[in-house]
Amino acid sequence: MLSDITIGQFFPGNSIIHRLDPRIKLVLLLSFIVFIFITGNYFSLSFIFIFVLSVVIMSGVALKMYLKSLKAIVYIVLFTSVINLLYGRGEPIAQLGILKVTVSGINNAVFVFIRIVSLILISSVLTYTTSPTQLTDGMERLMSPLKVFKIQVHEIAMMMTIALRFIPTLLDETEKIMNAQKARGASMDSGNVIQRIKAFIPVLVPLLVSSFRRAYELATAMECRCYHGGDGRTRMKSLHLKKADYISSAVCVIAFCGVVALNIILPAAER
Amino acid sequence: MDNFIEVKNVTFGYKDYDNNNILNETCVINNISFNVRKGEFLALLGHNGSGKSTLAKMFNGMITPDKGEILIEGIRSDDEDRKYEIRSKVGLVFQNPDNQIVASIVEEDVAFGPENLGVPPKEIRERVDEALKAVDMYEYRNFAPHKLSGGQKQRTAIAGIIAMQPDCIVLDEPTAMLDPKGRAEVMSTIKKLNKEKNITVILITHYMDEAAAADRVIVIDNGDLLIDDTPKKVFSHVKLLKEHGLDVPQSAEIAYMLKGGKENDELPINRHRCVEYIVELLNNN
Repeated sequence: MLSDITIGQFFPGNSIIHRLDPRIKLVLLLSFIVFIFITGNYFSLSFIFIFVLSVVIMSGVALKMYLKSLKAIVYIVLFTSVINLLYGRGEPIAQLGILKVTVSGINNAVFVFIRIVSLILISSVLTYTTSPTQLTDGMERLMSPLKVFKIQVHEIAMMMTIALRFIPTLLDETEKIMNAQKARGASMDSGNVIQRIKAFIPVLVPLLVSSFRRAYELATAMECRCYHGGDGRTRMKSLHLKKADYISSAVCVIAFCGVVALNIILPAAER
Repeated sequence: MDNFIEVKNVTFGYKDYDNNNILNETCVINNISFNVRKGEFLALLGHNGSGKSTLAKMFNGMITPDKGEILIEGIRSDDEDRKYEIRSKVGLVFQNPDNQIVASIVEEDVAFGPENLGVPPKEIRERVDEALKAVDMYEYRNFAPHKLSGGQKQRTAIAGIIAMQPDCIVLDEPTAMLDPKGRAEVMSTIKKLNKEKNITVILITHYMDEAAAADRVIVIDNGDLLIDDTPKKVFSHVKLLKEHGLDVPQSAEIAYMLKGGKENDELPINRHRCVEYIVELLNNN
């Protein structure tokens, strides 16, 4: 059950996407999110969806992993789509009691569905192809202007690195504690919701305590390795923009212009 | 040989307030003095709570003594201005490898130390590759730590220390959480580093067989220095060690029992010598 969680997973590889600068990837991800949401008709929507799919294929990560990340949110996607389907405006095509399906309802449902799926896919591309250290490094650099406002950019990035590092370790530990409690007769999988939540407390308490102990030991180990914050720190993999970064950014900018052009030239879908 | 670390009349105790707000002082280290020579392999023995972990953290100034002083190549361990110099000279490896690894990729974790020291990127790359090769983890450089076995994780942690190019590594029970295979891996790595790279090793352990591999053994009990000698001599004091709740290597124990509980300097401390010893005994009878 717990091993299904794919957050922050990274698959080492050597694709074009893997080699891009994390800063570029982060900025492109943000622009992708914006442009996925400004699509106004089916042409621009399918255009950006196909673009996202080609990026997914170019990433060289097994498609199975992307399906796994989609599986986690399948219910949310279906739920929002169905709600959108039933709450359209205009003339109903079909009606059952107070539930009516309209053209705008169908449009909304399809849009929401494709948008969320593209969103998950493109975000997965980022986490699957970028090592957590690179990712946080990229964020640190992108946020560095915030230092003017006395925001501790390095500390935030360090916290994220450690959090990502400890996700698998703590998941392992949760499973161990759960098994230990089960061996003592605790039932985790039966009863109603409230009983199940209550059954989880004996798991959470030891987990919390051990996390604090881990944090203390990690802090000591980091100090022993001369950690003293971001000042005077260098990086093994310093970030340099390469030709591939400029080219891929240009391609994406052209694609985004295409989305806007399709939006303007062709009529908007009825919403 | 030069003295690398000098421990002079060190006393240390933990202070804490109990429920009635009364100050309790527990003496952990009690007026200990010894020297660590450059390039030697020293084992620190003692059972749980004997103060050996506290002593480990003193070697690089994480804990400073209440009384007495510790000199690392002549630098006092409580010298705040040279704190990072000391910590890069004396690296510390702890028991649980999971709680020492900072980054999600092996090589990036090994780079953590040199990055903190402000080493230029190109040199970090070289140091990381060299350190990973030294612990035989080079082919795992792109792995995520949670995909490694315990022994591999601990070797990664050791590589992280070596990348800082220390003169001395202090290992605080590095094999306590490992299976026998992982333990053997880590031990052979430690010995290799000591022999080939001439790094001073201080191994804190309660496994007698590991201590038997050292050049010199110091036994600590309840904060007092009990014995300081070569493993062969130390483990011939079978009675004394047993009195303090410690064991001797199995080989020495067997020989000791065969001799009907008589102590002598000739007790074997490894398996190979033990076999010879038994054969000799049989031939004599």
